[in-house]
Amino acid sequence: MSTTDTGKGAAAQDDSTAVRDDNTAVRDDNDLGAAGSQLSTAPREDAPNLPSLGVIGWARWFWRQLTSMRVALLLLFLLSLGAIPGSLIPQSGTDAMKVEQFAKDHPTLTPIYENLGLFHVYSSVWFSAIYILLFISLIGCIVPRTWQFVGQLRGRPPGAPRRLTRLPAYTTWRTEAEPEQVREAALTLLKKRRFRAHTAGDAVAAEKGYLREVGNLAFHIALIVMLIAFAWGQLFRSEGNKLIVEGDGFANTLTQYDDFKSGNLFSTDDLPPFSFTLKDFKGTYARTGPNRGTPRVYEASVTYSEGADGKEEKAKIGPTDPLRLDGSNLYLVSHGYAPVVTVRDAKGDVVYSQAVPLLPLDSNVTSSGAIKVLDGYTNAKGRKEQLGFNAFFVPTFAGAGQGQMLSQFPALDFPVLALSAYHGDLGVNSGLPQSVYQLDRTNMKEFKDSKGNLLKQRLLPGETMKLPGGNGSITFEKDVKEWAGFQVTHEPGSGWALTGSVAAIFGLAASLFIQRRRVWVRATKGADGVTVVEMAGLGRSESAKVPQELGDLAAVLYDTAPGAPDPDAEPEPDAKDPDAKPTAGAKTSEADPTPDPQAVPAEGADK
Amino acid sequence: MTLAAATNENLANLSNTLIYSAMAVYTLAFFAYIAEWTFGSRSKVSRTAAALTPDAKGAKKDAKKAGAPEVTVKKAGGTAVLERPKVVTRAAAGARDVPDGPGAHGGDEQGDLYGRIAVSLTVLAFLIEFGGVLTRALSVQRAPWGNMYEFNITFSTVAVGVYLSLLALKKNVRWLGLPLVTSVLLDLGLAVTVLYTASDQLVPALDSYWLYIHVSTAIFCGAVFYVGAVGTILYLFKDSYENKLASGGTPGRFATSVMERLPASASLDKFAYRVNAAVFPLWTFTIIAGAIWAGDAWGRYWGWDPKETWAFITWVAYACYLHARATAGWKGRKAAYIALAAFACWLFNYYGVNIFVSGKHSYADVG
Ligand code: HEM
Repeated sequence: MSTTDTGKGAAAQDDSTAVRDDNTAVRDDNDLGAAGSQLSTAPREDAPNLPSLGVIGWARWFWRQLTSMRVALLLLFLLSLGAIPGSLIPQSGTDAMKVEQFAKDHPTLTPIYENLGLFHVYSSVWFSAIYILLFISLIGCIVPRTWQFVGQLRGRPPGAPRRLTRLPAYTTWRTEAEPEQVREAALTLLKKRRFRAHTAGDAVAAEKGYLREVGNLAFHIALIVMLIAFAWGQLFRSEGNKLIVEGDGFANTLTQYDDFKSGNLFSTDDLPPFSFTLKDFKGTYARTGPNRGTPRVYEASVTYSEGADGKEEKAKIGPTDPLRLDGSNLYLVSHGYAPVVTVRDAKGDVVYSQAVPLLPLDSNVTSSGAIKVLDGYTNAKGRKEQLGFNAFFVPTFAGAGQGQMLSQFPALDFPVLALSAYHGDLGVNSGLPQSVYQLDRTNMKEFKDSKGNLLKQRLLPGETMKLPGGNGSITFEKDVKEWAGFQVTHEPGSGWALTGSVAAIFGLAASLFIQRRRVWVRATKGADGVTVVEMAGLGRSESAKVPQELGDLAAVLYDTAPGAPDPDAEPEPDAKDPDAKPTAGAKTSEADPTPDPQAVPAEGADK
Repeated sequence: MTLAAATNENLANLSNTLIYSAMAVYTLAFFAYIAEWTFGSRSKVSRTAAALTPDAKGAKKDAKKAGAPEVTVKKAGGTAVLERPKVVTRAAAGARDVPDGPGAHGGDEQGDLYGRIAVSLTVLAFLIEFGGVLTRALSVQRAPWGNMYEFNITFSTVAVGVYLSLLALKKNVRWLGLPLVTSVLLDLGLAVTVLYTASDQLVPALDSYWLYIHVSTAIFCGAVFYVGAVGTILYLFKDSYENKLASGGTPGRFATSVMERLPASASLDKFAYRVNAAVFPLWTFTIIAGAIWAGDAWGRYWGWDPKETWAFITWVAYACYLHARATAGWKGRKAAYIALAAFACWLFNYYGVNIFVSGKHSYADVG
């Protein structure tokens, strides 16, 4: 049984089936037995016949199903279908306002959607179930495939099948050279072409392109690495926002953030120590063209230091150019203006002098906010009080008499600050959290102008609004600072995700571009004492490259074992006329019911 | 600051002129391809029928031999074509062994002439369109991928470029010409009417070198996927045709005339697979590059924004296709339907998401 000697180890089971198949003659004429097996490590596809073996049998059956290609395919399908609703229905994670709007517009649908988790598809139970099953399936698929592949690497390429004529690419010729010589030459040639080759019986068996399998396994493993890295990142991530006016600084502790979100397993000890100061913010905008007013350059110049007492360094942060600090990234996410105002009390003492950050309302940076004077102010009657101002700011005013306080352009071309004034109790000590951008007017009284209305005034830089009754004043200084909103994110695992994705790409490329293929060269003495050489090639998929390569190899080998005259002693029309009918040996057996005249002796040789 | 880099009106106008000229030449190419198909219909080959009917073994053998590479044996003292081993190829079990059609011209000389003219016109139109994209890029002093108009003109340029490269590599793909040029005309028509956007610079969020990497590969992948999808559609038609013949049916005259000239269904299927498989790793890279860019621009690598979601869906759908081809019971037509669904996802991501769904990527403004 030398022809089906496939080397040790790798394919014991397949060998036996192959031998049986070979001996029971031609059934499916593409059934190549051991020779065709294991050209990939793809799971065997067996028909789902139901087990009758109790719990363990069922568990096994279930596992086999879960790790089959068919179920993996189904799960991939479900994954792509399941991802769709999240792109069409508003998601609370990305846009909570839209979800609220949706709930208002569709009162009947909303509870149904809510129950199905359709407002947070990507963290819903069913979506998680799909991808977790997929990854279990993936792991259940990779582990055995890896072992199988290691086995294949330790073993040797399977021996030649009986009938090489059945293979997708085949060639044969007769030669004067001895069979041993031919085999030796073939072995050397194939090894030189970096095939793994060995002689098994009357044929040389060779295989190449194992890197395809390596790539495929690497790709699938990389998918798992990416998923774990992603999950890790979600659990340990933190994300905080901080608004900083030019000249101010920030140190990375929880209390300094305006708001802060974190993953389930995050602890504040994970916040890396660093600090930075916003030196300058620069924004420029398109002045002409259809996109007038759209931003052109945003740039925050900062100085920062890492660690508890690190050296101070300079950096520029842009919208797509975050500052990468030890484990955290510092992003520039928003910006606006902070007019500097000075408030004086009844005696004329300065009680408040600050840049007040205001929140932009539109793309031309019409902004609003509040000025709160908490302590130090005494009114005309000598009583301590708090002051509050509603502030409205436009960087480019349309001009006096030209309508509302709406900005015409985002740059500081014609800044105007509009204020309305209140006094009383700001309510900041009530214990309830309060927005710094809004006044709680429940315990505040309006300042009245001469007509008895709320005191309101539009101020140009340098102008002052007097509070009635000698109660002091507020001045819009000739200085408007800019502020920048920063997001500090800490996302561990992104390095792993990146490594995984790079590995995935290379693995995929290897898996898709490299062909794994086998070549067999059989040399036997024919009945008439002349050596018959048969060569055949098999690839995992039908590819033009396999016959091409076989042709190349055959041409080289033919050089060492040149052709001998045909036994039928035809006048060899082939040699001169390439378009003539194929020679007897080159004929395919498929269309030919009679046994191939040359394949038969070849097969008979070892009987 | 960069305001100084004002858009150059002249270049922008030149670009528009070039795009319109390219459309005109593509239209001529379109008619030349039509002429090729029309003249080609005079030939009455029916190789498929011959190969699929049992009493026509002769034709079958011929076809097989055509697939075998010629082997040249080198001898010391010059290359001599000697008696050489011929490689016989053989289709896998269950696969039909049908010869490829001769192409649109169907062996008709006049048809072939028109086909050659069509290809030449396509080359010319490609060069003009390429010039249009280039001047557009120069006029805005950046890569021309800032809005859908620019995506569209680049997209069709790349698709035609891929087709012409395959032709230059001596691949048998001239049958792609007519469907390709037709859709290029549609694509450009959309671009200059609905999608036209005057040239301008980018908003800061788009201004990153990852944009160049991410968007250029995305457009390239789309163009290649498109070529693959054309192959898949033709495969489905040809496969039905062959099925009908094999089961003893008689397809209509028009179907016969067209189908006989296309490559065999197996070849079309293989073509589509190769194209899709070749570009799938690049598509994977595109998504990852996009994630890196999103990480820089928005502070998170992946946020299930509609555009990201659909890129992911497209990716999974193509992975489905690749798996289906390796799964018994899913090969062939079913896999082809998956490939088409995957391309539909790509298209939806390109047009649908930009137009109907609002998300962070909505700066690709329309109109
Ligand atoms: C996250 C999901 C998955 C993705 C994106 C994915 C992707 C891919 C890709 C692109 C290929 C290359 C196809 C080719 O060689 O033509 C492939 C091959 C393969 N995949 Fe997956 N896969 C996934 C999950 C799985 C799972 C769960 C299994 C386990 C059953 C699996 C088993 C295989 C096998 C066996 C091959 C090789 C096919 C062959 O060599 O013929 N994959 N996969």
